[in-house]
Amino acid sequence: MSRRETAADAETNAGASAGKFGRYGGQYVPEVLMPAVEELTDAYERYVLENEDGFVDDFRERLRDFGGRPTPLGRADNLSERYGIDVYLKREDLLHGGAHKLNNALGQVLLAKYMGKERIIAETGAGQHGTATAMAAAYLDMPCEIYMGRTDINRQRPNVFRMRTHGAEVNPVTVGSGTLKEATNEAMRDWATTVENTHYVIGSVVGPHPFPTMVREFQSVISEEAREQAREQLGGLPAAVIACAGGGSNTMGAFHEFVGDEDVDLYAVEAGGSGLGVEESENYAPNSASLGTGSVGVLHGAKTKLLQTVEGQIVESHSVSAGLDYAGVGPELAHLVDEGRVTPVNVGDDAALAAFHRLSREEGIIPALESSHAIAYLEAYEGDGPVIVNVSGRGDKDLDTVIEESEKRDLDEAPDMEVFRA
Amino acid sequence: MSADDVTAAFADGPALVPYVVAGDPSADATERYVEALVDGGADVIELGLPFSEPIADGPTIQEGIRRALDAGMTPERYLDLVRDLDVDVPVVCMTYYNLLLQYGEGDEVETFVEAAADAGVSGLIVPDLPVEESAELEAACEAHDVALIFIVAPTTTAERVERILGRASGFVYVQARMGTTGARTDVSEDTYESLERLPEGDLPYAVGFGVSEREHARAIVEGGADGVVAGSVFVDIVAEAESVEAAAAALREKAAELTAGIADATPGGAPEPETTK
Repeated sequence: MSRRETAADAETNAGASAGKFGRYGGQYVPEVLMPAVEELTDAYERYVLENEDGFVDDFRERLRDFGGRPTPLGRADNLSERYGIDVYLKREDLLHGGAHKLNNALGQVLLAKYMGKERIIAETGAGQHGTATAMAAAYLDMPCEIYMGRTDINRQRPNVFRMRTHGAEVNPVTVGSGTLKEATNEAMRDWATTVENTHYVIGSVVGPHPFPTMVREFQSVISEEAREQAREQLGGLPAAVIACAGGGSNTMGAFHEFVGDEDVDLYAVEAGGSGLGVEESENYAPNSASLGTGSVGVLHGAKTKLLQTVEGQIVESHSVSAGLDYAGVGPELAHLVDEGRVTPVNVGDDAALAAFHRLSREEGIIPALESSHAIAYLEAYEGDGPVIVNVSGRGDKDLDTVIEESEKRDLDEAPDMEVFRA
Repeated sequence: MSADDVTAAFADGPALVPYVVAGDPSADATERYVEALVDGGADVIELGLPFSEPIADGPTIQEGIRRALDAGMTPERYLDLVRDLDVDVPVVCMTYYNLLLQYGEGDEVETFVEAAADAGVSGLIVPDLPVEESAELEAACEAHDVALIFIVAPTTTAERVERILGRASGFVYVQARMGTTGARTDVSEDTYESLERLPEGDLPYAVGFGVSEREHARAIVEGGADGVVAGSVFVDIVAEAESVEAAAAALREKAAELTAGIADATPGGAPEPETTK
């Protein structure tokens, strides 16, 4: 696959911790899972890095025929005029399923098949990763169970239906706030019980090694294409790449092939929610900006930046976008921020909603609320053009939320909301 | 108490290691519960320091942790509680790695280990810390004479067992079955297989995950274990009791039942399959 591998790819020597990105990463999982994590690392290296049994060729072919790759890079004429710089959109919203999630889900389900696993499990927050996994599992004929928080099930009903339509079982998780964090805990517990025949498809560049590296590898097709398309269409590299960051899979996917291009600025746009900081006494952060504002800790198998209390309890995060609503972030992204290679910025709920309407109206593209954060950052961006913004997904899944949240706010960008008040 | 005291607690025959969550439902209650468990025959107390994301624990202990956090348990209060305990058995702290990292200033674990040793904690069990990530914690435990107890799972390979034994102290926690913690109604065949493939060594082997009845304790000891760990059965008692008094009495009774199960085991009399010990 991509030629630019990090130290984490090579470092798997027995007895020492593997998959470090500077101080981040590692394998903080219960002993019962360690043999599975070792087995997966071995399979990742053989099939994905060394193309054993033609895995990579098979994967690329399926991404094209089933997924619809490559996705276009298109100039956004009206936004370009508005900001006075060339703005290009990488259209992951046009990937099968409507989001970048399929790149990873298809890669992992296919890998599980090559490994001889018989069952797929996954966690999901907004339901996009769950849907992508259910699609890939149906396509590759694997039984699939998705863990999803009760709160998320209630606010993402169409995606629950999509998963069921593809034949996946959706297991509601009722503990805690019933969102992504709890769903991930529960998926890890399932895996600890069924690890011998089950592969756990983690949905982002998080978790124990090799997941952060492997998921980034599957997603880096985004930047591989974008870099090539930029050379063809722009005649060179962009000045900046902008992508939203929750766990960070579209971010790492959009950045990876540009990391070595030092003149290309990389902006990771986090959810600023309704305000920054952690409300200690409430165990709550009104945002999901772990990369820019969090502190170092260990969650879900990796050392990374987290939203937590001073004592180390993980807090409930917030974003109007369910897909960004997570208290952690990928360890490689945390490292690239420490190194000064990636700039973390944030955009609040209001600005993201405004950007949702702006892109819909001015470019005829309804973006996911996650991607709307990246679009919104153009308002604050002061650097040169051309810029590439990763439109990680389409916004059809968010329409109920957008109607409700736009009504509350009276946004200038929104259409007249009167018609929706029935 | 020191790391050696943890090992020594297994010297006079197979030991009972009960677990409760500190602060479930209050620090004062936990003090009473620990005393009751020791009255019932506990040789080591495993005291949970609650973390918000307990990925190695099943529903029963998750709920106990939730109750303790809601009631305001913190690492600082936990250490105060251990300091106030008036029992003559070693106390082992079970918690998750992030709480160790966050204690004190900066991204290191020694501050916690030092404070824990000072409060009277004799050992640590950190279920989300595999041996590969444990070098820093091992050094801190060594420096402050605290036992570092590792879990061996049914999936653990022979190579990994060796690696784990090379770094473990106190005792070795043998996970009897796949999955997470939680009371069960039988003893898993995995238990016997796990015990069979463990080499003779200096450290005692204590078996946990799913132990809830006298018969389990007997079967585990007959299978060759040096100790029995039981958690969810005690956390269940705490959850269901109508008062602290009632809970303490029931905890004492359950601990005594498991102690009797351990005594029932005929030394050397192995159930099938045959064991090596």
